[in-house]
Amino acid sequence: MAKMNMIAALNSAIDLQMQRDENVVVFGEDVGYVGGVFRVTAGLQEKHGAHRVFDTPLSEGGIAAIAFGMGLNGLRPVCEIQFADYIFPAYDQIVNEMAKLRHRSGGEFWTPVTIRTPAGGGIKGGHHHSQSPEAQFTHTPGLKVVYCSTPYNAKGLLASAIECNDPVVFFEPKRCYRGPFYGDPHNVPTWNNHPDGEVPEEHYTIPLEQARVVKEGAACTVIAWGAMVHVAEEGIRQSGVDAELIDLQTLVPWDRDTVVESVRKTGRCVIVHEAPKTSGFGAEMSASIQERCFWHLEAPIQRVTGWDTPFPHTTEWDYLPSPGRIAEAISRTQEA
Amino acid sequence: MPDRLTATEAPYTIGMPPFRPGDSPDFGGAFTEQPGDLSRPSVDCDAQDTAEHARGLIRVLGDDHVASGQWEPDIPEEELLLGLEHMVRLRTFDDRMMKMQRTGLLSFYMRSFGEEAIAVAQTMALEEHDWLFPSYRQPGAQFVRGRDMVSMICHCIGNLEDNVRGRQMPVHYTWREGRFISISSPVGTQFPQAVGVAMASAYRGLDEACITWLGDGTSAQGDFHYAVNFASTFKPPVILNVVNNQWAISTHANLATGGRTFAERGLAYDLPSFRVDGNDFLALYAVTKWARQRASAGLGPTFIEVYTYRAGAHSSSDDPSAYRPQDEHTCWPGGDPIDRLKQHLIGRGLWDEDQHSALIERLDAEVMAAYKEACTHGDLANGPYPPASTIFTEVYEEVPWHVQEQREELGK
Repeated sequence: MAKMNMIAALNSAIDLQMQRDENVVVFGEDVGYVGGVFRVTAGLQEKHGAHRVFDTPLSEGGIAAIAFGMGLNGLRPVCEIQFADYIFPAYDQIVNEMAKLRHRSGGEFWTPVTIRTPAGGGIKGGHHHSQSPEAQFTHTPGLKVVYCSTPYNAKGLLASAIECNDPVVFFEPKRCYRGPFYGDPHNVPTWNNHPDGEVPEEHYTIPLEQARVVKEGAACTVIAWGAMVHVAEEGIRQSGVDAELIDLQTLVPWDRDTVVESVRKTGRCVIVHEAPKTSGFGAEMSASIQERCFWHLEAPIQRVTGWDTPFPHTTEWDYLPSPGRIAEAISRTQEA
Repeated sequence: MPDRLTATEAPYTIGMPPFRPGDSPDFGGAFTEQPGDLSRPSVDCDAQDTAEHARGLIRVLGDDHVASGQWEPDIPEEELLLGLEHMVRLRTFDDRMMKMQRTGLLSFYMRSFGEEAIAVAQTMALEEHDWLFPSYRQPGAQFVRGRDMVSMICHCIGNLEDNVRGRQMPVHYTWREGRFISISSPVGTQFPQAVGVAMASAYRGLDEACITWLGDGTSAQGDFHYAVNFASTFKPPVILNVVNNQWAISTHANLATGGRTFAERGLAYDLPSFRVDGNDFLALYAVTKWARQRASAGLGPTFIEVYTYRAGAHSSSDDPSAYRPQDEHTCWPGGDPIDRLKQHLIGRGLWDEDQHSALIERLDAEVMAAYKEACTHGDLANGPYPPASTIFTEVYEEVPWHVQEQREELGK
């Protein structure tokens, strides 16, 4: 075991995969010599060579396209889109191409690409360094969509993503790179004293269809992913309700059994995500949960999300779900 | 307020095709460029040494059908005869398939009419293990690599034996064994993907090249720039072809770009860039061979503009008489690629009209027999089609629970 923040854990996952499989290659904007703007790939070029870890032209569409071609021809590309907000020039290559290659070719071709991308708000990034576009990928058959939340699950999930023979879009909550975030920008701890900052140095995986029960409880099920896992934890604390917290980890395919079992037990559910509400993945969760758990529900399912507006700069704390909003939503489920 | 001074009748330039329906198309009768005009540079030349080649037109077959010039390839006679046969096979196949479409036996079709030389000559110039990343007017490459015609027709019908299980429209072939990578409808995506394929070949230390094609219209996509720029940056063994057939459905190349030749774009990326007569089998073969030799030498990509004319409709859903003179293709100075190679072979005493008629007859019988056999695996009207369960397979490597649930909901 070693103490790692999320950046070190992700770096370790990639490093180990590169040692285990010579076909793993890593590329993207600024990921090579300097090791990425968030330093996730720091030291890897020096260790594994510039042919395996390299900088590309500033071109997300080109990055995704060459990843597609390399993956089709025997490699296992791990590419970085520097901010999730900049993934859209690559959208066609991901959604129409990577996601559909196996199906459209009758299984004759596939491309095992992992697209890592820092996402989410809380860093004063304004419109275009803060968005959380997971729902724009969960709506695409053929993609797996992962959202890590701690150093421990970041490493295990990324290892699984790289080993997966399907394309995976892997979201990293940049607000949590250096510490868990409990919704208070004036008090941001590091991962140093967090149990999930204890990360095995060796290789391990976390299956891509597995959610994580962060905290057990009987009165309400709170479902979150990414940075909102920690904000929800604080929200539960503030509510005083004995709520169960589920970190979904993988959004497609999500962990049906863990979620359904929990909601049938508690009869109440709150879903938290920082992306806008309309057509967010919370809508999918809410609909699926009522299909499966309707007769166990004691109260309407609540969603606490970012607003249906562009992401703001200076007012981001009023945009992001706060512990207070989450606590209120949990309390509302207890009224019925 | 002063009167507005800017001209409003033509606020910006709207490119026009040279001729519209009702016009008498006149392309000047013949190309001014002749075989021998352009040298064949050494394969390790600087990109800028091809500046003249990007502005001019590489031809080998003259208007008299005689081959000449430095680009005249060293190609065995039997290979030339085989090239002719594949082109005629493709045209015969296309004609039959289009008739099938017109009588309701195929849902859709796209011919390569007038462009048969491109995929056939270029694929013949490559090694058998090279990757082909086609657009939709290069199905002829499959004949060169020996794909069973029955399998191709099964795909076009979308029947039980369609290797992509009825998931793609006709002509969107996939054939892994022939290294013919799955065709995708969003045009141009294959161009930068091919760069990635070639990078992987280079990474793995294999002497493989990847060839890809897109059209003059598609060259307006961002994917075009991604590809050429990444090829220029990383220099993998990729051969990038812009097939300038002058028409993107109804949009003329004059509306695809305000630039000069397409080939000249490659020079700006410091790629060796050639503009080649796309109806000249020998010139296509020679330029592609040059590109392949450069790739083998570890010197990376070559950029080629294949200058041709889309003699037929864009697809079975298109009617070119709505936007261009119906006889325009007969006036194109590039002529017909099959006829030009045929006349060349006749001139060399390797071929004659009787042999040509017999070839067409034999290939038509081959196509008909293949069609009949394909239909034993299901025709468009009656099936059998792939089972509905194939909707749910190969979406992922393994069927995830939510897809499995939906399959069970369908109950098939």
